Amino acid sequence: MQALQVLISGVAQGCIYGLIALGFVLIYKATEAVSFAQGELMMLGAFLGLVLLNTLGWPFWVVVPSAIAAMALFGMMAERAVIRPVLGQPTFSIVMLTIGIGYVARGAVTMIPAIGTETHTLPVPYKDAVWRLAGLVLAVEQLVVIAITALLCLALYLLFSRAKVGIAMQAASQNQLAAYYMGIPVKSLNALVWGLAAAVAAIAGLLLAPITFVHANMGFIGLKAFPAAVVGGFGSLPGAIVGGLLIGVVESLAGFYLPEGFKDVAAYVVVLIVLVVMPNGLFGEKLRKKV
Amino acid sequence: MRFILKTSYDQDIRLAQHGGHVFWYAVLLLALLTAPWWMGEYGLAQLTFILIYGTVGLGLMLLSGYTGLFSLGHAAFLGVGAYTQGLLASQGWPFPASLALAAGLSAAVGVVVGLPALRVKGVYLGIATMAFGFIAEEVFARWESVTGGNAGLSVAQVQMFGWTADGSTPFYFVCLVVTVLCTLVVVNLLRSPTGRAFVAIRDSEISAQSMGIHLARYKTLSFATSAALAGIGGALYAHQIRFLSPEQFNIIQSIDLLLMVVIGGLGSVHGAFLGAIFLIGLPQAIAAVKDWLPDAIGQAPGLKAVVYGAVLIAFVLFEPLGLYGRWLKVRTWFQMFPFYRKGMFKRQKAFTRSDRLR
Repeated sequence: MQALQVLISGVAQGCIYGLIALGFVLIYKATEAVSFAQGELMMLGAFLGLVLLNTLGWPFWVVVPSAIAAMALFGMMAERAVIRPVLGQPTFSIVMLTIGIGYVARGAVTMIPAIGTETHTLPVPYKDAVWRLAGLVLAVEQLVVIAITALLCLALYLLFSRAKVGIAMQAASQNQLAAYYMGIPVKSLNALVWGLAAAVAAIAGLLLAPITFVHANMGFIGLKAFPAAVVGGFGSLPGAIVGGLLIGVVESLAGFYLPEGFKDVAAYVVVLIVLVVMPNGLFGEKLRKKV
Repeated sequence: MRFILKTSYDQDIRLAQHGGHVFWYAVLLLALLTAPWWMGEYGLAQLTFILIYGTVGLGLMLLSGYTGLFSLGHAAFLGVGAYTQGLLASQGWPFPASLALAAGLSAAVGVVVGLPALRVKGVYLGIATMAFGFIAEEVFARWESVTGGNAGLSVAQVQMFGWTADGSTPFYFVCLVVTVLCTLVVVNLLRSPTGRAFVAIRDSEISAQSMGIHLARYKTLSFATSAALAGIGGALYAHQIRFLSPEQFNIIQSIDLLLMVVIGGLGSVHGAFLGAIFLIGLPQAIAAVKDWLPDAIGQAPGLKAVVYGAVLIAFVLFEPLGLYGRWLKVRTWFQMFPFYRKGMFKRQKAFTRSDRLR
């Protein structure tokens, strides 16, 4: 029973990793850039929710969509202001740029007086509630994480397979130039992808906030989502979720069965093994350059 | 403007291209040699840090700037060097021997980490090295019998053959000698066939391979050399800071090192040192202007991170060639005075998806 409980909390944690990894993969697929600021976007989303809920006293059901929408807008603005000018330069530049964005975001949040330096809890309606089901004690917070992740996956799947915008995004991610010639507005699509990634990060932040705490350094969890994205294969959306789940489960099992210290590095050990054994990840596409 | 009449092929790879180089580097060396007498105690400590970070930066520059492999776990090599030096110094090993062993051990670790580099590249390599960095930090923290764990490890002073570097001035000279030697090694390496092979790998792996460059061997060599330099820097760092704890070698340190070479200017030896000056000088500059700012901004704990991030963003956006690139532009402007054109340093944008195809 205990093992099952550990497994469920691992799955919930894995869903968070998966959601952040989803942001990496969205951006990577669309613009061939890797965003190291995804964890910080998540942190910003959580803080935004906190400020709206606590300081301004908005009701919870208004706060969630407005925080997500605001973060989406922020993502689009960030893309327009700093990412678009460096498109076409080596990947390395964009990596450094997003690291810079992360630094600024973390520093700026810390600079907000009385909020930034403290650790907060997000007062969500389902806080501390538990479900008892056949001898299992399940925290509702974790169940919410799992349920919302599943819903979000479904929504993204529908977006990319049915909606015109999603199909245009797929086209642009496969070949920007060809998509451009077909009349797809690649530039505004890129902005949309960044907005989408920021929105997903904000959702992850709002989901994670009740489980852990809201503080300026919570963005570092984004560094654990990288292994998730790599394990799933960097260019695959379902891979990101599966990778996240795998990392989350391995991590919580390692925390339960192995001596102290292994929990923190479990994700990295897994990613090193995956990189050595199958560099393309579990769902990675295998592309060959034809000379 | 200076015209160099080339009369032999050796002139192309000569260390000092013309008399100006000889003169200005001699002036620099003289200034560094006399620094203890005109810098003051505090300035000398900062200069020592610049030399140490410059050495580490040289290593990272060799890897990222010249071989095109980027590492998000370089602090781990720094840590391996630092802990090795700390342990050996406390057992009374003479400095040159322990320094050599610190470099050797770091290089060995570098080879091990370099192995995945043969299969993965780009982002994947960054993540692999980052994973290694996290694991190394955890090892530093948990292997308490050797590293002292989170309680830390204090390091003895530099000593060799009956001589002890007590005080900051003798230690400064130790750092200066080591840094100059390392710089000479790197500069010589870069003008040798090995260095040219590194650059060829950076520019195109496929064409390097078809020119007969053994990718695996040279990438591993680059990783090993880079790690060895980081290890040497780490050994000096251990003596300078005198107290080691695992959180000095975390991901933030790795990112700082990367930030240093990017801001200094990727692909130039000068850039490593300019970046080190920037990395050490910026906190001082912030501290200096802090009192002029309103308290809400000046005393906020996040100010340093915001400034670092903003400077990094500004450099990537407006000056991708870094501080050294900016200097090159200024120099070229003066050299060609009325004829400088804006597009001279323009880089070709590439929209091909080269990263995913291999």
